[in-house]
Amino acid sequence: MSDIDCREFVERVTSYLEGDLDAQAEQDFIDHLALCDGCERYLDQMRQTTQALTDLPADTLPGDARSALLNAFRSRR
Amino acid sequence: MLLSSGFGTVLHYAESVVGLPADDVLTERLRSGDEDAFALLLDGWSGGMLRMARSFVSTEESAAEVVQETWLAVIEGIERFEGRSSLKTWVYRILTNTAKRRGTREHKVVPMSSVDDSGPTVDPSRFRPAGDPFPGHWWDFPPAWPSPEQGLLSGEVRERLAEALDELPERQRLVVVLRDVEGRPYDEVCELLGITAANQRVLLHRARAFLRGKLEEYYMREGEVS
Repeated sequence: MSDIDCREFVERVTSYLEGDLDAQAEQDFIDHLALCDGCERYLDQMRQTTQALTDLPADTLPGDARSALLNAFRSRR
Repeated sequence: MLLSSGFGTVLHYAESVVGLPADDVLTERLRSGDEDAFALLLDGWSGGMLRMARSFVSTEESAAEVVQETWLAVIEGIERFEGRSSLKTWVYRILTNTAKRRGTREHKVVPMSSVDDSGPTVDPSRFRPAGDPFPGHWWDFPPAWPSPEQGLLSGEVRERLAEALDELPERQRLVVVLRDVEGRPYDEVCELLGITAANQRVLLHRARAFLRGKLEEYYMREGEVS
């Protein structure tokens, strides 16, 4: 068994994804990942969550604000 | 929609799709009064800017005004942009400063230095206790989620996620919005929010773990897990 347990694994996920773990900690993380389907799933769901955030619809600027800004650009430039 | 594991190199979905011209081209076009270029930026970036501003100020209206004020400053100041950062970073710096000033005026203070973010991000009762043959390991694995059809999330899921974002403590929301929703690089986020890399990582981790938990709750409620 690797040196970290599942409870520790879940707290290291972001450090791992950010590339912030030192060599030993990263090795422990990957060793655990190889042996634990639950943690593999947890890591995947954290990735999916991050990915889903890139798909969020954005608000839009009110139409009159948009045209006011275009006017401002036109008159300034 | 490419996510990399290294040092905040997250390519933003919208940008990869819209495909804006390179910064030097854009800057030149703005300086020469090219209205199409300005409209392109206005439509491409205002949504993210609104979301960002909203974390600093009290109302939607204030947020819209902050974004407007920012664009006006960009129109006035584009000659001064030296290209030492990306154009978007430069615009976001103006935005953050404008929003912070505005937030202070509205007495909405986002404390960036307090350490209220500690403790486990996953309910400890999901792990086996000390004394168990497998201490610290899952009792039950996290339930599997349905695989999104053709990689697309349902509108329902996106709505839940947007609601969950609103429930986050402000500092966590700012970090996750900038990093994951807006795709800003980690060093820029440190600078914009005045936080250390370690602090950012903690906030980002807590925010993502909270949001993952909300998605899990949602899928379980809908009976979509296996």
